[in-house]
Amino acid sequence: MRATDVITSATRNAFRSKLRTTLTVLSLFVGAFTLTLTTALGAGVSDYVTKQVASLSTGDVLLVTPATTTDTTEGPTEYDPDGRQQSSQANPLGGGTLMNDDDLDSIAAIDGVDRVEPIRSISVDWVASSDTSIDTRYELSVNPTSSIGRSDLVAGAQLDQEAEDAQVILPEDYVDALGYEDAGDAIGRTIELGYSGADRSERTTEATVVGVARTSLLASGAGANQALTTEIADAQAVPGQPDAYAVAVAYLTGSGGDGTVTDDDVAGVKVALADADLAGQTVEDQLGVVQTIINGIIGVLSAFAIVALIAASFGIINTLLMSVQERTREIGLMKAMGMSNGRVFGLFSLEAVVIGFLGSALGALAAIGVGSAISSVAAAGPLAALPGLTLLLFDPLSVALVIAAIMLIAFLSGVLPARRAARQHPIESLRYE
Amino acid sequence: MTNPPAPPVLRAVDLTRSYGKGQARFDALRGVSLEIRRGESLAIVGKSGSGKSTLMHLLALLDRPDSGRVEIDGQDVGAASAPAVNRLRNERFGFVFQQFFLTAGQTVLENVSLPLVVAGVAPRERRRRALATLDALGLADKAGNKANDLSGGQKQRVVIARALVNEPDLIFADEPTGNLDTATGHQVEDLLFGLQRERGITLVVVTHDEELAARCDRRITIADGLIVGESDAAASVISEGAGR
Repeated sequence: MRATDVITSATRNAFRSKLRTTLTVLSLFVGAFTLTLTTALGAGVSDYVTKQVASLSTGDVLLVTPATTTDTTEGPTEYDPDGRQQSSQANPLGGGTLMNDDDLDSIAAIDGVDRVEPIRSISVDWVASSDTSIDTRYELSVNPTSSIGRSDLVAGAQLDQEAEDAQVILPEDYVDALGYEDAGDAIGRTIELGYSGADRSERTTEATVVGVARTSLLASGAGANQALTTEIADAQAVPGQPDAYAVAVAYLTGSGGDGTVTDDDVAGVKVALADADLAGQTVEDQLGVVQTIINGIIGVLSAFAIVALIAASFGIINTLLMSVQERTREIGLMKAMGMSNGRVFGLFSLEAVVIGFLGSALGALAAIGVGSAISSVAAAGPLAALPGLTLLLFDPLSVALVIAAIMLIAFLSGVLPARRAARQHPIESLRYE
Repeated sequence: MTNPPAPPVLRAVDLTRSYGKGQARFDALRGVSLEIRRGESLAIVGKSGSGKSTLMHLLALLDRPDSGRVEIDGQDVGAASAPAVNRLRNERFGFVFQQFFLTAGQTVLENVSLPLVVAGVAPRERRRRALATLDALGLADKAGNKANDLSGGQKQRVVIARALVNEPDLIFADEPTGNLDTATGHQVEDLLFGLQRERGITLVVVTHDEELAARCDRRITIADGLIVGESDAAASVISEGAGR
C-alpha cells in the first residue's frame, strides 16, 4: 500500500463516523485552544518584559549594591568609623547597608569600569510649564533609575547623562496637561520643577524637556539626567551627614568590537566587585526574577491545558478502539489480500493523527481568533495604561509546536488501538460478526 | 490418483491444525494431504465443523498448520517470511467469501480496487484495471454506485471482480453461492467456471452444496479433519479412505 493511499484512507476513515470523530475532535479542540492561549499569554508577557528590559538597559551598566553579609559565625562586627552606614529605611534595590564614597572610588578603580554614578533618590513636589498658557502645577515623581538606561520614547531623545544642563524626559500623559500640542511640541521646551530642600525651604529649578516616554511597567515617572539629579539631591541632602548610597551605577567600557560590552566584560567586573565586597547586577539579572515568576504562572496554566489533553487522549483511544471493532472484518479482508501488519498499524495510527491534527488546528485557529479579539479589547480597556503590551502574542512557531505536540499525543493514543488492529488474525477477523 | 506432468500448483502434505488447549482442544485437521493441479477446479465438501474451512485457510496461507507443509509450485511456504507470504496472497490469490465483505460506504470501483491498493498500484492504473475487470463482468455501469445499493447477485459479482482484479492464478471461494437464491447462485457459478476455463485459473471451492461440488473437476470430502472421499466428477467414483 502506498503512503499516499494510507494517508487518504486514514483521513476518509476518520470521517466515516462523523459524530464520533467530531466529539473526539472537540475534546482535543478544548485542549489545543487552552494551550495555544496560555502559550500566547506567556509569549505576550515575556515579549513585553523583554522589550522593557531592552528599553531600560543600555547593556553596559551594572547596578552595584553592597554585598549582603551572610557571615554569622564571628560574633558582632567591630565598629569602623570609616565603614559603611546602615540605612534607616528599607531599599528595594539594595540591602540595609549603604555604600560610601570609598566604595565608589574602589568601583571606579576596577578594570573595565568607565565611570561610576551613585543613584540618589530625589523628590520633586510639582512640575509646571514655563512657556505655555497653562500654569497649573502637577505632581511629578522622578524615577531614580532613569540614569541607568533608556526610555521607551514617543518623541525626542534619550537623556544625556554627561550633559551640563538639566534635562528631563516627561511621561506621555503630561504632554496634554502641560499644554503642549503633541509630544513633538514638548521637545526643547523648558519646565519648572518645584522641590523642598533639606531645610524645608521651597525651591524651584528649570529643566529642558528632551524626550517624551511611554508609560512603562518597569520604569514609571519622569527621567532626570545626572546634572538635574545632582542639583536636587545636593539641596535635599541633610547637612553634615556623610554621603551614603544604596545603589550606584557602574558604566562599563567594552572590549568587544566597536567598544561593545561583552558578557565576559560584565562577568569580569562582577568578580572584581565581589572582591570589593560589593555585588553587581545587570538590569537583565534583576528582571530575570520577574521573568521566572511569569514563566511559573504560565507553566501552571499550561498544566491545566495538558490535563485537558490527557483527558482527550482517552477519548481518542476510545474512538479508535470502536473504529477497530467496527472494521474488524475489513481489517481481516485487507490482511487476507496481503496487507502487512505494519500498514494496518499505520492506517489506524494515522487516523489518530488526523483526528489530532483536526482538533489542534481548529483549536489553535479559534484561539488565535478569540485571543486576538481579547487582546485588542484588553489593550483598549483595562491594559490601556501599559502601551506596547500585546497580552496574547501568537508566534507561528509556537502555534505550530502546539499543533505538532497534540498530533504526537494523538499518535501515542492511537498506538494501542492500532496495535490491536495490526495483531488481528485475518481468519478470526473475517469470522467476526 | 494420477501424477500430472507439471508440478501441482498447490500441494498439502500431512496438514494438522488444532484449536484450543487441554480439555477444550479441538483437532480441526488431523493429517490431510492433497494436490491441486494448475487450471483445475476442486471442491472441498463436508459438513460444518468437518475442517473444510480450516483446510482452505491453510491452503490459502491465511493460517499456518501445526504440522505438515504447504507447497506452492513445489516450494515449501512454511519457511517463507510474513512479507513474502503477504505478497504471494496479494499477487497470486483471489478470495470470494460467502458474506461478500464489501465496504458498504465505498463505491463498487473502490471495493474492486482494494487488492490493487494493498499492492501499491498507482491510482490511475488501479482505476483502469478495476474498470476493465468490472467491464468484463458486465458491471461497468455500476462502478460509481455504493456497494450497499446492489442486489445480492450483483454484490457477489463485485466480489468476484475484486478477486480477479489482481489477475490471480488461484481463486479460493468459500461458499460463494451460500447467500444467494438458486437462480442467482447459478449465474455466479457459471461466471466462476467460465473464468476458470477461459483464463486457466485454478479454482478451489469450499461448499456443502452438492450441485456446486458436482460442477467441479474434482471433489474431496472432509469429515472430522480427514479426507474421507475423493472423486473425479466425470467418473463420479468415490474412493474410500484417503486418510488414516
